Amino acid sequence: MGVELLGDAVIATRLDEAVNWARESSLWPFVFGTACCAIEFMSTAASKHDISRFGAEVVRFSPRQADLLLVAGTISYKQAPILKQIYDQMPYPKWVISMGACACSGGFYDNYTTLQGIDDIIPVDVYVAGCPPRPESVLDALMMLQKELQKESLSSEEKKNFIGKLDDL
Amino acid sequence: MIFSKLLNTYENASYDEDTYSLLLNEEEIFEAVELCYEMGGEFLLDITVTDYLDYVLETPSRFGLVYTIRHKHFKEFILLKCFLSEPQCNSISHLYKCANWLEREVYDQYGIHFLNHPELSRILNHWQFDGHPLRKDYPITNGQYCTDTLDLMPSMNKKLFEMGLVEKDENGEYSEANKDLMFINVGPSHPATHGTIRNFCALDGETIIANVSEIGYLHRGFEKSCENHTYNQIIPYTDRLDYCSATTNNVAFAKTVEEMLGLELPPRAVAIRVLVMELSRIINHLVCLAAQLVDMGALTNYWYLYNPRESSYKFFSKLTGARLTNSYMRIGGMSYDLYEGYEEDLKIIIKEIEEGVSSTLSMIEHNRIFQDRTQNVCPISAKDALSFGLSGPNLRACGVDFDMREKNPYYLYNELDFDVVIGSVGDIYDRVMVRFEEINQSLRIIKQLQGNIPDGAICVDDRSVILPDKQEVYGSIEGAMNQFKLIYEGVKVPVKEYYSSLEASNGELGFYIVSNGSGYPHKVKVKAPSFTAMAAYSSMVEGSMLADAILNLGSINIIAGEMDR
Repeated sequence: MGVELLGDAVIATRLDEAVNWARESSLWPFVFGTACCAIEFMSTAASKHDISRFGAEVVRFSPRQADLLLVAGTISYKQAPILKQIYDQMPYPKWVISMGACACSGGFYDNYTTLQGIDDIIPVDVYVAGCPPRPESVLDALMMLQKELQKESLSSEEKKNFIGKLDDL
Repeated sequence: MIFSKLLNTYENASYDEDTYSLLLNEEEIFEAVELCYEMGGEFLLDITVTDYLDYVLETPSRFGLVYTIRHKHFKEFILLKCFLSEPQCNSISHLYKCANWLEREVYDQYGIHFLNHPELSRILNHWQFDGHPLRKDYPITNGQYCTDTLDLMPSMNKKLFEMGLVEKDENGEYSEANKDLMFINVGPSHPATHGTIRNFCALDGETIIANVSEIGYLHRGFEKSCENHTYNQIIPYTDRLDYCSATTNNVAFAKTVEEMLGLELPPRAVAIRVLVMELSRIINHLVCLAAQLVDMGALTNYWYLYNPRESSYKFFSKLTGARLTNSYMRIGGMSYDLYEGYEEDLKIIIKEIEEGVSSTLSMIEHNRIFQDRTQNVCPISAKDALSFGLSGPNLRACGVDFDMREKNPYYLYNELDFDVVIGSVGDIYDRVMVRFEEINQSLRIIKQLQGNIPDGAICVDDRSVILPDKQEVYGSIEGAMNQFKLIYEGVKVPVKEYYSSLEASNGELGFYIVSNGSGYPHKVKVKAPSFTAMAAYSSMVEGSMLADAILNLGSINIIAGEMDR
């Protein structure tokens, strides 16, 4: 239908912009929910806050079909290799939102079992503060990511160079 | 005293009536537990160890072992204690089914070896972990990276060997299974695990022959953190145990410490606590049922049940400033009084909950798909449920009449009118329906409290416990000192070892606290209902279909924060 409307018209744009526009409007999140933050994500997805208004309601539980990893909850050292495996299974391009104090920095679990921030093992694009963050801040993070995403280039290799603590050197 | 025979048998042992604890010799404890079991102490609540290194009192040896056992009439419990000269003792896993996992936890955290234990291995910490973190000489921040996941095949082979499905040669190597089995991991990251739990299943077609569960992915070191914080600083940590009903955990912890201090709360505080606990119970059940029905493919009900929960969040944020993790309680009372106009909000919430529940029930109650998928699926008998230490709705679904609010009434519960909801079969259907009816009963309690909350103070009038008014802090040197001491040193709790519990949304939630007279506890142990429920999971799903196992995990309402602590 779109083609008919346009008729013979030609739209000139940069490939990056066209692709980024498509990507930002349809992020498919993989929610790696482990703890309290996952319950707040449920609120974000439920009707009142309704994440589908931002084009990100297709929650995938398969990393191979997702492009946004939303880490919601505490990541312990025991969980770290699992999180890394999930991240590795996601195809490029991919983005990561770290939701809540625990995922960002370990939060108030400064102890023998909690990973002190997931950026030790995977790259993070947006950090969301709060314990747990309110649904509004999750939506804010999503919008922030959508904005940042517009600046990305198809040829960027930046993230692929990330080396975390669990990567073989 | 229901355990009087136990006291008569061990006349030399010292019994403390205040804390219901019986201190025995190391040689006697194993027989004492057996005797206790014979006398009706069939409900093992907890096994734990205290590391007395650097403790304020002299102790005969470093490690003290504690069994918490409740009588099958549920009214009384007893703590059986002994000091261990060596870090080892006999396993009681032949008496109680839940002892298997409880002993594994003690081994993992304290390095105590249980002789004759079927499979003594780590449970909360990862398999590459070195040392035992809850020992006092283990530094709290000493984290250790885990690089690989655990191979569960040896545990699975052990189970299959007991079933006669694999053979073992003289080197202890297992053969291939003599049946065409498929091995599949459900979790750790799976939508139906509602968190991170790993179930490793051996499938024959679609039927689960054997299941091995691995937990501990959300082990956040609650108990170690408690030892490094003052009593009031622990309240936010308790929020994050059962994060679906945070205030109930707050109350359970605060109540235990208050009982240790011998504090009596003012009537208004008690009424507010009951009110928020019942509302917490409702929102916990709502999220459990909503998620459970999503697992079943009934997404509509998720909106019906989740939206009233969202309204309750509004009430909680107005009352406490937080939606989910409220940190509402303080030792000796609570942080804020009820806000103006709360009655109106409460009325709206009650109406919304009633509507949500009735809309959902109208969709599922007479729904053939729902009934076929839940009735007689993954049942557990009352006897097994007791042996596994199940409590709360999961135990009541089996037809066992045990509700702490009725058997050991605390606060206002003996004055309030409510029914204990029990099931009959102990299948998924019963577990779901018990929760639905409990929502109605909790609403009944809230309605009785509406308009009947007495006036008065919300905190005890005791300056060694409760912070002074801000006006006083800024206006007088006594007030400033009072505030300073309470913040820096904390509420000082006299030397005691004490267990107390209440009926939380998921069952009996207990705290065992060892205090040393300072503002920091020496040890805090949670008796978490989800932990023992997960221990029972394997026996519930073996023999049923894989799809039923998914539903069963939702129906026993495993909250990872509470299970792994």
